[in-house]
Amino acid sequence: MTMQWKLVCKQSDLVVDAGVAAMVNGEQIALFYVPESENKVFAIGNWDPIGKANVLSRGLVAHLQDEWVVASPLYKQHFVLSSGRCLEEDINVPHWSAKLEGDGIYVACN
Amino acid sequence: MMTSITPLSANKPHLVVVGNGMVGHHFVEQIIAQGGHELFHIIVFGEEPHLAYDRVHLSEYFTGKGAADLAMTDGSLYDDNGVRYFTNSLVTQIDRAAKLLVLKNGETLSYDKLVLATGSYPFVPPIPGHKRNNTFVYRTLEDLDAIRNCAKTVTRGTVVGGGLLGLEAANALKNLGLETSVVEFAPRLMPVQLDEKGGSVLKGMIEGLDVKVYTDTATQDIVDGETAFHRMNFADGTHLETDLILFSAGIRPQDALAKQSGLEAGERGGITINNHCQTSDEDIYSIGECALWNGRIYGLVAPGYTMAKAAVGHLLGTESVSFTGADMSTKLKLLGCDVGSVGDAHAQTQGSKVFVYQDEISQSYRKMVVSEDGKKLLGAVLVGDNSYYDTLLQYYLNAIDLPEQAQSLILPAMDGAPAALGVDALPATASICSCHNVSKQDISDAVCNGALSVGDVKGVTKAATGCGGCTALLKKVVDNELLALGVEVSTDICEHFTYTRQDLYNMVKIEEIKSFASLLEKHGKGHGCEICKPVVGSILASVWNDYVLKKEHISLQDTNDRFLANMQKDGTYSIVPRIPGGEITPDRLIVLGEVAKEYALYTKVTGGQRIDLFGATLAQLPEIWEKLISAGFETGQAYGKSLRTVKSCVGSTWCRYGVNDSMKMAIDLENRYKGLRSPHKIKFAVSGCTRECAEAQSKDIGVIATEGGWNLYVCGNGGMKPRHGDLFATDLDDETLVKYIDRVLMFYTKTADRLQRTSVWMDGLEGGLAYLKEVVINDKLGLCDELEERMQHVVNTFQCEWKTTLEDPEALKTFRQFVNYEGVDTNVVFVEERNQMRPATDLEKQQLIAKAG
Repeated sequence: MTMQWKLVCKQSDLVVDAGVAAMVNGEQIALFYVPESENKVFAIGNWDPIGKANVLSRGLVAHLQDEWVVASPLYKQHFVLSSGRCLEEDINVPHWSAKLEGDGIYVACN
Repeated sequence: MMTSITPLSANKPHLVVVGNGMVGHHFVEQIIAQGGHELFHIIVFGEEPHLAYDRVHLSEYFTGKGAADLAMTDGSLYDDNGVRYFTNSLVTQIDRAAKLLVLKNGETLSYDKLVLATGSYPFVPPIPGHKRNNTFVYRTLEDLDAIRNCAKTVTRGTVVGGGLLGLEAANALKNLGLETSVVEFAPRLMPVQLDEKGGSVLKGMIEGLDVKVYTDTATQDIVDGETAFHRMNFADGTHLETDLILFSAGIRPQDALAKQSGLEAGERGGITINNHCQTSDEDIYSIGECALWNGRIYGLVAPGYTMAKAAVGHLLGTESVSFTGADMSTKLKLLGCDVGSVGDAHAQTQGSKVFVYQDEISQSYRKMVVSEDGKKLLGAVLVGDNSYYDTLLQYYLNAIDLPEQAQSLILPAMDGAPAALGVDALPATASICSCHNVSKQDISDAVCNGALSVGDVKGVTKAATGCGGCTALLKKVVDNELLALGVEVSTDICEHFTYTRQDLYNMVKIEEIKSFASLLEKHGKGHGCEICKPVVGSILASVWNDYVLKKEHISLQDTNDRFLANMQKDGTYSIVPRIPGGEITPDRLIVLGEVAKEYALYTKVTGGQRIDLFGATLAQLPEIWEKLISAGFETGQAYGKSLRTVKSCVGSTWCRYGVNDSMKMAIDLENRYKGLRSPHKIKFAVSGCTRECAEAQSKDIGVIATEGGWNLYVCGNGGMKPRHGDLFATDLDDETLVKYIDRVLMFYTKTADRLQRTSVWMDGLEGGLAYLKEVVINDKLGLCDELEERMQHVVNTFQCEWKTTLEDPEALKTFRQFVNYEGVDTNVVFVEERNQMRPATDLEKQQLIAKAG
């Protein structure tokens, strides 16, 4: 299995300091564009396992305890953008490596 | 032929309470709270047609409150706990030998224990002519109804009696629109509470309000008038013509029943009691204004409540409280003038010394009575400014040593605030709330047990929920206790801003900051979070009213504001178009139906008289709004912390009871304040008459039509913690009403905490309702012009956020379900129920997938 960078969309499809949803290999991904972060873009699953709906891309981006996180729009739990770890509950959402190259947004997948 | 009232159960002893005023009701409340209804079969008799009501606030019956507002119970407390009650029932005899009560209608009832809470009756001096028509007393709702009816047809009213209640009655006559006079036999007003100088300052203030005051005046007789219904002839040969006379010359204990049955009574009336409130018959108790303790009658509600508790304690054997007299200090507002009296106001104590301060310019007078050695405060008189009262009362009640410069307690402080007593100087036993007998220790205990805010402490201890006079002091004590516990009362909104919301509001406004980024750069640290971003987003909108999805604001918006719709549990949205005042044409109603059908939306009428369309996906929102806007709808801001709706009744347009056009007022108000972003959501209602069909008193802003204009109620709240709105101003014309609402809402927007509803804001406002009136009506802070300007700016810059969005391709892009795929979210599944769609449950989804698989 080799990881491949897949072009998902353009930088202009993203919203600064917020998320959008994308479909990659039949899976819903939440893409976040945070210009002030080292990595600039992040990709985690769009499924909120606590609220049980595909909504994480519509959460508010926050910076807490030195981590970039998103607060779920349903019940406000925080998920770390770089790892998918939930700060409040012992639960993780999937995460993918992502990068901004030129004006393209790439996500690493199998 | 006597019939007897059958008891519900024969196996429990009968406890009968005669009298259902405030004190009688408090007794029932207390005994139920302590489980006494399990031990006794409790039966209550009240002479009046109503169950207990709040007589302390009786005058509010003339300023918009109805009998239901003043009621202290609707009977459910009694019903739920097996307490039987009879209104319109006068007990006429006690047969103590047979332990039997006889009612006026001849029925009888046996008792084991009896509580007399018969209260008092108004004293009417036996002046010849005192029984003529158009003469009244001021004690019951029926009295007030009669006064109101008479006042409708006449122009001049006179109160006989210039005491506390007399001046309150004078205020009521003034509110009824009568030319009002007060006639007092004593040489000064409020002779019990005030000294000569205080009385004369008060007289000057009241005369400044167009009320004529005659002191040192004895009425000889009342006869037919020449220019009015009555002529009152005075002992000095002068006379006064008036249409209506209200006797308010003091109260007398209602002790006839006790005297008839041979219970010991005072020479000048009152049923003699001991510290347990037992009369000379150990099975009979007496509490409230009919009771005489140590030769004194206590005509205030707080001592009556203490007596009720003492009687309950003795009956149940807990003896938690005994009655050993009460402090009669009092502070009140009479005709809008502050009056306060503490302890030995007349300096009757041997050797006492006096400090006096008088300011004829601002019409205020203050006196302190101190002990011979100057160490203790014995009494005080205040006229014109009660802000000194709380501190003086605590020095007096707790015998705290006076400071070096004792006079500083009544001298105006150079910075405008009176010298306050540090609350840590108060002993643990200090009574903070005398209405509910809450001590500093009780508050400290509540804080230790986790009540960490004034609101929590109020809930646990009931402090400041009676007359409310101790609210400011309570807040100081709570803050002090928190400090002592080492609980850091952090007011920082989050880790990024070490400021309160109010600080941020001021920075944004004064420094003209227009974006989150520049506020963060100037005054914050880090990158922001889901606490500070929406707060700043809301403040920016309140102050500058930019389009909320503007590039620099979009990432600040929380769940619903971000997409201008309300997210539901499955990630779909509901849509609420604005329907101002709930009024909608059939054509528009049809449009809503058609749009809902086209997109298979679930439709529901909301509590706010609007229509909610559920089940729209993110991508459908702009399409749906395109259709709604072209049909003439605009956004209803149901997603925002902003004005939601103005509920209404049809008012005088259709209703046979309506006294004003509540429909038009509701629509006008909704159109004026729509789009205002505030610390939390705000709801209004407008009722066209006092029947209050729009339930305005449960709203942040409630407006009720009266014969004379509009009554304004503020800071009510339905929801989780219901709170009735406070009556803020009465009989306003349209223009003044709008002006006051502008100011109240903007002052709230400027000073409230994040996500703080107006009701909680009001509860935490130091000085409460009175302070808000000072700010809004009397412009105490000099802010009114600015508040109105700010509101006008919001009104002038209103835009329908959906209309703007549809015209902005950049904003529209964010409503795509996926950036790289045209499909839908397959996890959003609907099933049908009652002929409409609803989200499928997890189980239903699994079954559907299994079927499909």
